[in-house]
Amino acid sequence: MPLVAYIGLSAILFVIGVMGVLLKRNALTIFMSIELMLNAVNVALAAFARHHGGLDGQIFVFFVMTVAAAEAAVGLAIFIAIFRLKKTTDVTEINLMRW
Amino acid sequence: MSFLHLIWLIPLLPLAGFVINGLLGKRMPRPVVSGIACLAVLASLVLAVGAIRDLHDQQGLADMLNNGSALSAIGARPGADGFGAVLAPTDPDHGLVLDPSIPRARQIQWTWLSVGNLSVKWGYSLDPLSAIMLLVVLGVGFLIHVYSIGYMAHDEGFARFFAYLNLFMAMMLVLILADSFLVMFVGWEGVGLCSYLLIGFNYRDMFNSARDQSCADAGRKAFIVNRIGDFGFMLGMLLILVTFGSLDFGQVFRGVHVLAQVPGSQGLLTAMALLLFVGATGKSAQIPLFVWLPDAMAGPTPVSALIHAATMVTAGVYMVCRCAALFTAAPLALTVVAVVGGLTALLAAAIACTQTDIKKVLAYSTVSQLGYMFLAAGVGAFSFAIFHVMTHAFFKALLFLGAGSVIHALSGEQDIRRMGRLTRVLPWTFGTFAVAAVAIAGIPPFAGFFSKDSILAAVFYEQPILWVAGAFTAGLTAFYIWRLVFLTFLGSDRVEKERRGHLHESPWSMVAPLVMLAFLATVGGFLGVPAFLAESVPGLHAAAEWLPGYLEPVFREAHVVGAGMGALGFHDPAHGAQVAAGSAAGHGGVTAAGEWGLMALSVLLALAGIAWAWLLHGRAGELAARLAAALGGGYRLARDRFRIDELYDRILLKPFYFMCRAADAFDRFVIDLLVNLVAIATEITGHVLKLFQTGSVRAYALSVFIGVVALVTFLVMS
Repeated sequence: MPLVAYIGLSAILFVIGVMGVLLKRNALTIFMSIELMLNAVNVALAAFARHHGGLDGQIFVFFVMTVAAAEAAVGLAIFIAIFRLKKTTDVTEINLMRW
Repeated sequence: MSFLHLIWLIPLLPLAGFVINGLLGKRMPRPVVSGIACLAVLASLVLAVGAIRDLHDQQGLADMLNNGSALSAIGARPGADGFGAVLAPTDPDHGLVLDPSIPRARQIQWTWLSVGNLSVKWGYSLDPLSAIMLLVVLGVGFLIHVYSIGYMAHDEGFARFFAYLNLFMAMMLVLILADSFLVMFVGWEGVGLCSYLLIGFNYRDMFNSARDQSCADAGRKAFIVNRIGDFGFMLGMLLILVTFGSLDFGQVFRGVHVLAQVPGSQGLLTAMALLLFVGATGKSAQIPLFVWLPDAMAGPTPVSALIHAATMVTAGVYMVCRCAALFTAAPLALTVVAVVGGLTALLAAAIACTQTDIKKVLAYSTVSQLGYMFLAAGVGAFSFAIFHVMTHAFFKALLFLGAGSVIHALSGEQDIRRMGRLTRVLPWTFGTFAVAAVAIAGIPPFAGFFSKDSILAAVFYEQPILWVAGAFTAGLTAFYIWRLVFLTFLGSDRVEKERRGHLHESPWSMVAPLVMLAFLATVGGFLGVPAFLAESVPGLHAAAEWLPGYLEPVFREAHVVGAGMGALGFHDPAHGAQVAAGSAAGHGGVTAAGEWGLMALSVLLALAGIAWAWLLHGRAGELAARLAAALGGGYRLARDRFRIDELYDRILLKPFYFMCRAADAFDRFVIDLLVNLVAIATEITGHVLKLFQTGSVRAYALSVFIGVVALVTFLVMS
């Protein structure tokens, strides 16, 4: 398969992720959308690495996965705390930090 | 090791008394407090007497010089005695430097300031001029310390009082012994501080309820008026420093001699002398800065006697005499000194004739007598000025202490309209007060006669117009002081009933100093009997102008300059020496007959003043009131102190307050406005920017997204 197909897939996934972050109200969905964006980048990284014949991109993918896992752990912990307080995961309901 | 090596201890002992009493006085019994204070002064007095004796011990001085101990400072290493300075034994700038020709002993203790080319050493110098002042200040000071034991016995602030008094003595001694302008200035400011502290001693009490003035206000007034004078002193010092590069008396006066030969240097010398004189007018209460002294009477009476009559206020006279070389090199400045002194003497005497507060009368009398001293200095008769400083210290301290004794007996009454017929209750006070009154009035052979007559004679030859003012003042002096005696001690009994209960003669600690001072006020004048008088009265020959002769070496250099410039035909003391030697009958064409005439005239004036006082106040009758009514406006003007306080209020304070208000408005409406504008702008910006802070995660995410898109677009496009 040509490189452009991988890049196209990566772009589509990324846009879907962005749309999810911007439009969804449920915090968990937003989280999943962020994960989608990260993985879209992973696809691109792996494709470019393969194309150029280097290993750097593929190793970087592992880093991204590790960071994504850590981020998910922290983020979920925060949302559990918020859920205990507000009984909701709707991000439009959560605006304590406004002026 | 002679007493000359211990000069540095003289100011230090009262300072130690101040530290002990100031820190521990409250926890010590009163006899210990007063004992420490009096003994500190007495010990200084003993040291001073010893040092002066050694100063005149020609053989001893010669031995010290031959041994090299003077220059090499053997035994004069104050470092070992807690001064903190370790001196090289061969350093001629330190230790004891003797000049037997004057004779003068200088003791340099340590280098106080060393900045660039300027090096100020903390040093003392003892010569006849400072010796006389030392003896007067320590002698009168000790008597007043003793007197205060009785006077302050019932006061809560006993220890505080004695601590301040000792600090004052220390500072006054520094001022007198100073060897440079800057060291003198330390003492100068120190006595000003003590004056402020002691005027406001009863800081909670009202001093003048009519003008809503507390004792603390009176202290502040004294301090601030003095600051104005001190500003002149400081400017004078700076000008001297810039011109001569030194503040050391010796170097400056040598510089004056050199500068006086340079054509066109008159302006500079006159400026220096006049600026220093501004300082003297503040400290010595002369026109235009005399307004603080009458209000200084808010302090306890021993303070009025010690600081505001006998010692501190004469510091200005002492300074002018110390700078005689500078003043004689600037004849114009000297004339200003004489005119200011003469006018002050006359003005203050006129006010003193109308006051009804016993201490106010004495305060104006002090201003007037200080005017005499400046009058003497202003005609170049510096030794007569110091002579009058001495006799005035005796009789004016006595007058104040006597007034204090009366006030003490009457439980605080100061109004002479509510006194009278106190002779039987206060026999000792009356007797000594009368001696002082005779002395100040100028009746021979009491102290004031000789000093005042010498001054008037000197003024007669130099400034005849001022002599008229001085002679008239002499009459006024006799009048107001005897008016005081008649109203206070004689005449009808006008004491209020409730005060009559505790009428009593004062305790011995107060009476003994009165008697001592009365003795001094009686015989003090014989130190300076005019030569022509000494010639003609058997047994007085040895006393002929002893004091002017004693001081002569100090002023010799000054007179050399003055005579060289032909500006002043010096009456004193070359004149005295001439007459004493019998080489010439007089000076400037004046004969001994002229001297006799002048003296007879001044005695007549004094007697006339006393007689006039008796006519008006000594006997029953309405004459005084009728005269006051006849004089009308003039009398009221004098009674209201020529409204000088009000005048200063009008022409100085009002514009000053206006300036303050203008500055306040500028600050409020211009400076504050600018500052507030910045604050308002920041606030408005904040209000706008806070609108972005919605708290909505999606809004933040959107703005991040838009930002990224914009950034990428920008990067791709470029």
